[in-house]
Amino acid sequence: MQNEWNGIGVFVEHMFEKPHPGSLEILGKARELGDKYGINVMAFLLTHKEYEWINDLINYGADHVIYSINPLFEHFNSDVYFQGMTKLIRSFKPRYMLIPATRNGVDIASRLAIEFDTNLTAHVIMLDIDQSTKELISGVPGFGGNIVAVVRGVKGLPYMATVSVGAFESKFIENREGKIEKVDLDIDESKIRIKVVEKELKEIVDISRAEKILIAGMGCQEAYDKVKKLAEKLGLAFGVTRPLADIGLAPRSLQIGSTGVNLKSKVAIILGVSGAPHFVSGIRDVEKVISVNIDDEAPILDHSDVFVLADLEEVVDKIYEKLGGE
Amino acid sequence: MKNIIVCMKIVPKTEEIVFDPETKTIDRSKASNEINEADKNALELALQLKDKYGANVIILSMGPPFFEEFLKLGIAMGADDAILISDRALAGSDAFVTARALAKGIEKIGNYDLILCGEESSDGSTGQVPPGIAQWLDLPVATYISDVLEVKENKAKVKRVLFEGHEILEVDLPAVLSVELGCNTPRFPDFRRKKMVEKEFKLKMWNIQDLGLDPEEVGLKGSKTIVDELQQLKTREREKKIVEDVDEAVEIILNAIK
Repeated sequence: MQNEWNGIGVFVEHMFEKPHPGSLEILGKARELGDKYGINVMAFLLTHKEYEWINDLINYGADHVIYSINPLFEHFNSDVYFQGMTKLIRSFKPRYMLIPATRNGVDIASRLAIEFDTNLTAHVIMLDIDQSTKELISGVPGFGGNIVAVVRGVKGLPYMATVSVGAFESKFIENREGKIEKVDLDIDESKIRIKVVEKELKEIVDISRAEKILIAGMGCQEAYDKVKKLAEKLGLAFGVTRPLADIGLAPRSLQIGSTGVNLKSKVAIILGVSGAPHFVSGIRDVEKVISVNIDDEAPILDHSDVFVLADLEEVVDKIYEKLGGE
Repeated sequence: MKNIIVCMKIVPKTEEIVFDPETKTIDRSKASNEINEADKNALELALQLKDKYGANVIILSMGPPFFEEFLKLGIAMGADDAILISDRALAGSDAFVTARALAKGIEKIGNYDLILCGEESSDGSTGQVPPGIAQWLDLPVATYISDVLEVKENKAKVKRVLFEGHEILEVDLPAVLSVELGCNTPRFPDFRRKKMVEKEFKLKMWNIQDLGLDPEEVGLKGSKTIVDELQQLKTREREKKIVEDVDEAVEIILNAIK
């Protein structure tokens, strides 16, 4: 048992036999902070078996990988993971605890914050440590994503944050050395009140790093299939606005904006999107934005390099025509 | 079923909030308010469960007295009762304190099978409150639920949605469920209930003493996080070139993606 609260802990979420990219991105940021301030970086992993990539967590930035194997850790279960993480945090006492802001991550992070009677900042996109107070400082996009609140954890340990997926870059560093430690965790099965009875999960296409993308908004509702097919035909990634995901036309993984994916693309072709603030924050880092909209008062105009004032279906049909039909 | 408690927040419309870059503050005063959209989905799910299994649906909210008119809308939609936790000392509460106060309110209501919340609020957007409530009450939590498939023998079978797909969970009752935004279509307020509400409904108000909370442990004082400052993110300068000719537009698009 450690006596002092030291170092940065990173929760390594995994799915489809791989670490979640969000966790690797956080390790990258933690490494940067670790180098800057001379702090140890710990990676915490709950798994049901050995993986080769456990060693890679060192290359992604960890100084110390702590993992535990238990058949119960195969799939995320809030009651199981909460118990496991509580024990790891109690034993290894990270001063800062970073967790990906995935749906699973937010679930256990919120419970851990109450358990440890401590602060938790949500969906952060910037991270730093105040050197005089050793408090965690984070940037949180709010009010549709145009404003960033600089939030400071002031009470409790560890300082906790859930980190937006895509906010930081992961970096594989060759020949890094670190310590790998396997620990036994006792999970009290009588405290498991949740049972996963069925699962239908598919590996998702990560569009956050797409170079070129076509995005459909509510204006595409009628022509949705045609627009989606066009993206494929043009070799572009495909994304949607929140309302299209809300009505179930597209999966959440394709949703662009503050509650979805933030793009870093070179080009985005945006069809039938009005430009609500929460959407616009997702295209802030796109180099060139071309939008098509029939409404010349749509706010998307202010966020476009080229604004095509036209019926999007007409434009789509014309592109198909140029390409030699559907 | 016994009580189903629906936690509800009234939020300013995001697009109507004005940021003043000079003072670095936001002005919510000009923004109109609405029931947080995901909380409406939570209420709709509660009402569907009431229709199917029979239950007493109680709305629990925390905020200033003007929330009343919105909570009445919830009653007109079909909820049986509404309670507002309201106290000046609660101003500035973060998710930690909010979860605590709501948990205290839920304990005071008692006799519950399910606590339903929206997945997150559109203004705070932390998503921390539902699991936080569960932790305070030592209850199981299932987050991002799009449906309750079955309630049987003190267990609820629920569908939980992830970005990668979904899972079906069996959760022991009582439990806290956070309900996915947009998972159902909330019903409209019923005209006759609306009239009844105007005439007869009296909102219950609880302050922190009623909940057994100390002023020191709520509001800004009790919060574990503070906001240092607000910054406006720079928006990238865009050319805003307007093109009306479809052929020209197609040319531009095809060139850009080459």
